[in-house]
Amino acid sequence: MTTISTTPPSWLAAKRKAARALNTEVWLMRGLILLSGAFLVTFVLLPLYELIRRSMENRQGEFVGLENYLQYFSTPALAQSFANSLYISAMSTLITVTLAFVFAYALTRTCMPFKNVLRTLALLPIFAPSLLHGIAFIYLFGNQGIFTNGVFNFLLRLIGGYDIRAVPPLPFEIQFNINLYKEPTGIILAEVFYLFPHVLLILMVALSLADARLYEAATALRASRWRTFLTVTLPGARYGIISACFVAFTLVITDFGIPKVIGDGVSVLATDIYKQVIGQQNFFMGSTVSVLLLTPTIIGFAIDRFAQRRQVAMLSARAVPYQPKPNPTLDRLMLAFCILVVLAILLVIGTALIASVVNVWPYRLELSGRHYDFSKVAGGGLDAYWNSLRMAGLTAVFGTIIVFVSAYMIEKGRGLGKTRAALYFLSTLPVALPGLVLGLAYIFFFNRPANPLYFLYGTMPILVLSTIVHFYTVSFFTATTALKQMDREFEAVSASLAVPFYRTFWRVTVPVSLPAILEIGIYYFVNALTTVSAVIFLYSANLKLASIMIVNMDDAGDTAPAAAMSMLLFFTGIGVRLLYELVTRGLKQRTQVWRQR
Amino acid sequence: MDEPRPTPYLQIRHLRKTFRTFVALEDISLEVYPGEFICFLGPSGCGKTTLLRCIAGLEEQDAGEIIQDGRDISRLPASQRDFGIVFQSYALFPNLTAAKNIAYGLENMKLPRAQIQARVQELLELVGLSDFAHKYPAQLSGGQQQRVALARALALSPGLLLLDEPLSALDARVRAGLRTELALLQRRIGVTTIMVTHDQEEALTLADRIVVMDHGTIQQIGTPHEVYRYPRTPFVANFIGEMNFLVGVVAGQGWVQCGAHQLRVSRLNGLAQGTSVKLAIRPEDIVIPTAAPAENTLSARVQHHEFLGAFYRLRLAAEELNFILDLPMAQARDLDLTRQDLLPVHLPADFLHVYPS
Ligand SMILES: Nc1ncnc2c1ncn2[C@@H]1O[C@H](COP(=O)(O)OP(=O)(O)OP(=O)(O)O)[C@@H](O)[C@H]1O
Ligand SMILES: [Mg+2]
Repeated sequence: MTTISTTPPSWLAAKRKAARALNTEVWLMRGLILLSGAFLVTFVLLPLYELIRRSMENRQGEFVGLENYLQYFSTPALAQSFANSLYISAMSTLITVTLAFVFAYALTRTCMPFKNVLRTLALLPIFAPSLLHGIAFIYLFGNQGIFTNGVFNFLLRLIGGYDIRAVPPLPFEIQFNINLYKEPTGIILAEVFYLFPHVLLILMVALSLADARLYEAATALRASRWRTFLTVTLPGARYGIISACFVAFTLVITDFGIPKVIGDGVSVLATDIYKQVIGQQNFFMGSTVSVLLLTPTIIGFAIDRFAQRRQVAMLSARAVPYQPKPNPTLDRLMLAFCILVVLAILLVIGTALIASVVNVWPYRLELSGRHYDFSKVAGGGLDAYWNSLRMAGLTAVFGTIIVFVSAYMIEKGRGLGKTRAALYFLSTLPVALPGLVLGLAYIFFFNRPANPLYFLYGTMPILVLSTIVHFYTVSFFTATTALKQMDREFEAVSASLAVPFYRTFWRVTVPVSLPAILEIGIYYFVNALTTVSAVIFLYSANLKLASIMIVNMDDAGDTAPAAAMSMLLFFTGIGVRLLYELVTRGLKQRTQVWRQR
Repeated sequence: MDEPRPTPYLQIRHLRKTFRTFVALEDISLEVYPGEFICFLGPSGCGKTTLLRCIAGLEEQDAGEIIQDGRDISRLPASQRDFGIVFQSYALFPNLTAAKNIAYGLENMKLPRAQIQARVQELLELVGLSDFAHKYPAQLSGGQQQRVALARALALSPGLLLLDEPLSALDARVRAGLRTELALLQRRIGVTTIMVTHDQEEALTLADRIVVMDHGTIQQIGTPHEVYRYPRTPFVANFIGEMNFLVGVVAGQGWVQCGAHQLRVSRLNGLAQGTSVKLAIRPEDIVIPTAAPAENTLSARVQHHEFLGAFYRLRLAAEELNFILDLPMAQARDLDLTRQDLLPVHLPADFLHVYPS
């Protein structure tokens, strides 16, 4: 071997001393932790505080305690929407979680064929604004709906190009009326379609984490399939199920798009806020309703946090991944089920697509591109679409940077332990904040000349910031999970080599987490493109967004152009996703060589 | 170990570390001399890693001082202390090649490229990995990864090398080989080294001095020979090597009463008559006398014997006293263990340790 100097080379010692003398990085780290804190406090905590404060004031700005709440519950129509909201949310959560569980089970625990295709199709609605489901439901079950007027009648006219009056009543027909506008059934069903992909994603993760050894033990004990399912599968997935319920419930109760489009006769909390604020300019009642809307989501949030904390030790490092075994009967049954679900999803999206490309629904069903010409309808024409793209792009870039840096500081930072723990909690909070509530809180907080950030009001930055906060928690968890998988000691090693943390962050942490970072970016982009609720209070007349245009067009009775815009956003989302896959495949191949053995 | 010692390179004084209410380290004082190889040895959870991390500045102690090379580093952040470290997980940067991992600290110092390359080459040769410079960690075996981590830790010629169970993730074969290499390398470079381990064999073979720890306290500091031969507490006696314990009472000057037997001991450590004590003796120190029985000789019944290659391990009972005895093969051959069930056994007074109980 070689000889190595027993005393360090003198040049090295000198250099080392120089490097170690630098103390700036300690302050930089603290500064960045505090900056993350300032961001979360300014854009989550303070607006929320302002909202709650306003809900206890009257029109003159005097403190009135709980008077607004008493008034709310003593107004029968308003109290009714509280009950409606709870009922609709509970029902759609129950239905969706059940269906999605079976679907996820089929994908993860059986040997059903065509898994990839079925999964991809089932996840498609994630690219659609919730409004699209509402609009599709109008075309399916509304006054002129396919089911309301007869399926065969519709098909005949679609294929044959007949005028509606020329088709005589058919001897056999699928025809029924769910009373879309007057009963909650329609809203519940539309919400199920909207929720399905979100819930499916969570349950797929929960069910894919299975320890084969438990199943082997169950088999060895001669437990029946059903008993194994009840004693091993369900308990193993219970935290995922709780999480899925929480996410589903929150999404529905805070969803504004679907009830807005189809629920004229059924009022819910989310639309109440909108009516109070936009319709009656009654900000105080708006904030009161907002706080009411917060209550169930915060309770759900607390339950979910509690459940997740208990999950930690569930999957040991020695777990053996579960491999499903073929079971022809079960596999075929599951395949049939999944195909039915996917067909239903395609039916809803397909209906919106057809409605957007025919001349006059339901009278003249010949192909026409006229609804995609947005220059003649209420809203902002194609400008709104470009604004949306810009907004989504900015949100993706800045959201990813803010989330990842802040998650890094919280997870890997040193010092300020209590602050970091508090920041972790604050980062998980936005998931419990409905978009409308967030938007209203931002109005209260930023639309005051006394606020130094007043200049943000009505600008692109506030749209971007509100969207970043609105979708913060899921992105934060993606980042945290990726960071947790990294060796805990990278930072310690860097410190021992006198390398400042930001250098290691750039040279190691970012490249290693690249897949997660890109995932956060695309998540932000797609959601920013389709979101309505947070931005509807914040956009300004000269800064319109496509998703809001859909609401306005629908309000004005331009349902077909609204469907067209929804489809445009839907295809943009899919296009960007495909582009992303293409680009990242190249990028991953270049930067991730080290993953291969 | 009797030559006059130079000034200590590292001094730890009355160090205390708590996690909320849990006391992880209590009144730790320790001196490490230049070029020494020190092992922290103790059961899981006794605070070895915590102490190492305090020295590195990765944990902040509640009280106490750490002085390295004459400089009080007690409150300095890790990045301003002078050490290289190897973790159990190695913590190699997965997206950098072996050479880049080693060069990581050097590159940050804005040294000329040629100088960095020369140094990396030198280190790669030092750990015998010249052919693997451009492999990524995932493409290296566990042992090779461990060497890269070591080379990276040595790259800046630190004054102090810290190793936290660097060999424990490897299988037994590789481990024994690397152990020897590590010892040779440390001797050659002469870097002051502290290694954490819970493997006593590792500590005994590698260390100049061993620091035996239990429940956040130091139980004994000494050379491997000292801690093995003269364990200061029953814990050390029990933790390192095999040890028989017999319960007794001090019967007089140099005598301990153990049940029905009176045993002579060489060192009573000033324990007064009537004190209850624990006697300890290693299985290999008990002998089967060939000559006529002298003092400290009992008649014991063989209850069980195991063949362990180089020796037999006998389980013996002398009335109510139970103990084990390791009998070298050479001697075992002369005795027919299957037939002889009553044996005379001699417990040499010099090898009987006495602890107050
Ligand atoms: N960050 C921490 N927070 C709370 N307790 C801790 C923390 N780190 C260590 N401890 C506790 O301090 C004690 C000593 O831990 P340490 O890691 O030093 O043990 P160790 O001797 O290295 O054990 P092992 O051989 O298992 O690595 C343990 O009981 C551990 O639970
Ligand atoms: Mg340890």
